[in-house]
Amino acid sequence: MMTSTTQRRPLWRPGRRALGLTALAVPALMALGGCGGRSGGGGGALRVVDYYNTPADDVAIDGALEASAAELGLTFARERVPGDQLVAKVLQMGSSRTMPDLLMLDNPDVQQVAASGALAPLEQYGIDVEDFTPAVADLGMFEGTLYGVAPTVNTIALFYDVAALEDAGVAPPTTWDELREAAAALTTPERYGLAFSATASYEGTWQFLPFMWSNGGDETELDGEGVLGASRLWGDLVGEGSASRSVVNWEQGDAMDQFKAGNAAMVVNGPWNIAGLREDVPELEWDVVTIPVPEPGGTSVAPLGGEVWTIPVTGDEQRQADAAALLKGFLSPQNQLAMAQERSTIPGDAEAAAQFAAENPDLSTFVDQVSTARSRTAQLGPDWPRTAKAIYTANQRVLVDDTDPAEAFDEAARTVD
Amino acid sequence: MTAHQTDRRRSRRRDLMVRCAFVLPAALYMLAFFGYPIVKNLVMSFQAYDFSTFFNGRAPFIGLDNYAATLTDPIFLRALGNTGLFTLGSLAGQFVLGLALALYFRRRFPLSGLLRSLLLLPWLLPMIVSAAVWRWILEQDNGALNRFLEGLGLISDPIPWLNSSDTALIAVILVNIWLGIPFNVVLLHSGLQAIPEEVYEAGALDGATGARSFAHLTLPLLRPVVSVVLLLGVIYTIKVLDLIIGLTGGGPANATQTLATRSYEMSFVEFDFGQGAALSNVLIAIALAFSIVYLRANARAAKNG
Repeated sequence: MMTSTTQRRPLWRPGRRALGLTALAVPALMALGGCGGRSGGGGGALRVVDYYNTPADDVAIDGALEASAAELGLTFARERVPGDQLVAKVLQMGSSRTMPDLLMLDNPDVQQVAASGALAPLEQYGIDVEDFTPAVADLGMFEGTLYGVAPTVNTIALFYDVAALEDAGVAPPTTWDELREAAAALTTPERYGLAFSATASYEGTWQFLPFMWSNGGDETELDGEGVLGASRLWGDLVGEGSASRSVVNWEQGDAMDQFKAGNAAMVVNGPWNIAGLREDVPELEWDVVTIPVPEPGGTSVAPLGGEVWTIPVTGDEQRQADAAALLKGFLSPQNQLAMAQERSTIPGDAEAAAQFAAENPDLSTFVDQVSTARSRTAQLGPDWPRTAKAIYTANQRVLVDDTDPAEAFDEAARTVD
Repeated sequence: MTAHQTDRRRSRRRDLMVRCAFVLPAALYMLAFFGYPIVKNLVMSFQAYDFSTFFNGRAPFIGLDNYAATLTDPIFLRALGNTGLFTLGSLAGQFVLGLALALYFRRRFPLSGLLRSLLLLPWLLPMIVSAAVWRWILEQDNGALNRFLEGLGLISDPIPWLNSSDTALIAVILVNIWLGIPFNVVLLHSGLQAIPEEVYEAGALDGATGARSFAHLTLPLLRPVVSVVLLLGVIYTIKVLDLIIGLTGGGPANATQTLATRSYEMSFVEFDFGQGAALSNVLIAIALAFSIVYLRANARAAKNG
């Protein structure tokens, strides 16, 4: 970008005004293209791209990066992209060879980007995830190589309205039978027992995974009994009227809103709601349990969420090494704890997570849920998006058309073949 | 050759250059912003163009594979049918209601100007905002529409507007009708204004009043405007994406999946840009067919006029 502009300039023979504009445009173009200090080989601020736009996230991430940068004597410049535009932005940066020095990705996208060869393996920079919870370590792996690390993660569990459960005389459910009974007992003409999201997007699949995985279902075998049983549970909850049929059109935020409004006594959701719950409905007494399991004593297996930090291949070894050093400092257990605290997320480092659970009883359920959680892309890698779509589509057929789960998932299995 | 002749030839050439210079900006604009994307899309549809292409530039040509995959996609026929129903239903509703409102506003009455400008409201709202609000209105249990209908005693059980594969497409069409009414009213109203009052006076003398004047005077004189409204409506409706994504995301269970949403999904959800491009080319071909009809009708109208 820089060279083409400088080459073209003499040919134009621009007038004074055009010259002024060019003078303005060249630095702007260089900044846009991230060519700022590249010629200097290592000089200049490291370019960081992420999607942390909410004030709490923004401050936490900035603080952790700042702490790491100050120690190393590096500088960085952050670019915040709207969440839903990050992938498009990454594709655009990839094709124009303007990848940043440090790139945050949502964890299901990491494998796609890594598969295209755009990311640098992190091992060469001495970054490892040996002390991490194993599933969290998996988030940034592609074909056995580490390409990204998540400083903190999240997952989903079951929120419930303490007073409503007491009034109905039911205990927080731990098994599917208890969940169905509790949801039925909690349902009144004004309120559903349970809310969750089965929307036609990845969120609908993400909310289904804890039921599917806890039941022994697997994304590589969509027509397996584990998957069918979980789908049947969802179908029963809606069919018995314990959950609204509107779940097919609720995103997670909508499901949470139903809970806040008192239209649902329990909701499947994540820790990022805790600040909002305290703020919007301070009088509501709520608590969280892990997602119920099919049989007593079973393990509740939820999906891991959260963002993974990567080093794109920019061709400038020195800057890549600097970015790696910045990332390594950013990932320190202290920084993880600070970010977890401010963002209601769970540290990736196993020891830090234990310490965090002890200090934050509100979040200890999520720490438990993370310890047994799974990564969505660990098995399918870049094929995950297609399967995720097949799963939410099949569930929607079960929920709105009363299609038999066996038939819906049989077709789902065929579409991903 | 005399000096005079050379002069004239030179001035003619300069004349031509000047004319070209006037056309040039428009031509360049068309090439850059219409020609390039269309050609690029066409080329992409013959390539294995996926996520990694953006990074390594590799996009091998695979002939008609993308088209074959697109047309045999299990959702294709459903999406095609939905696109047809969506376009037809939206157009019929928008046009009939738009014409009725335009006729209504032909009469002058107190506050008619204000009311007419309020009608433009759906146009002023960003589509995503409208979609979000309509999602609340159409909500099954606590939505305003079901509460209203229940209050009137018209329904006893809430209608699962967006939550059933039987009604979701209808609900989406209803919202799109609401969205398209301003466009129809504005064009049809200005068309009605252009019909001279004398025609109606003369008609009234011959006994054409009320419904007869509408059938024999208004409709025939409005025909050029009607064809413009309908054809632009088709081209505009066939590619509606944001409204459907905002309301249902193509669900439940693909009940509101159209060619546009499916193409978007292939490209930006499944990251198969080649297949997405192939499907969007099918869509472009359909829209193009209607554009040709429109241009022909236009040319004929111009000749007759």
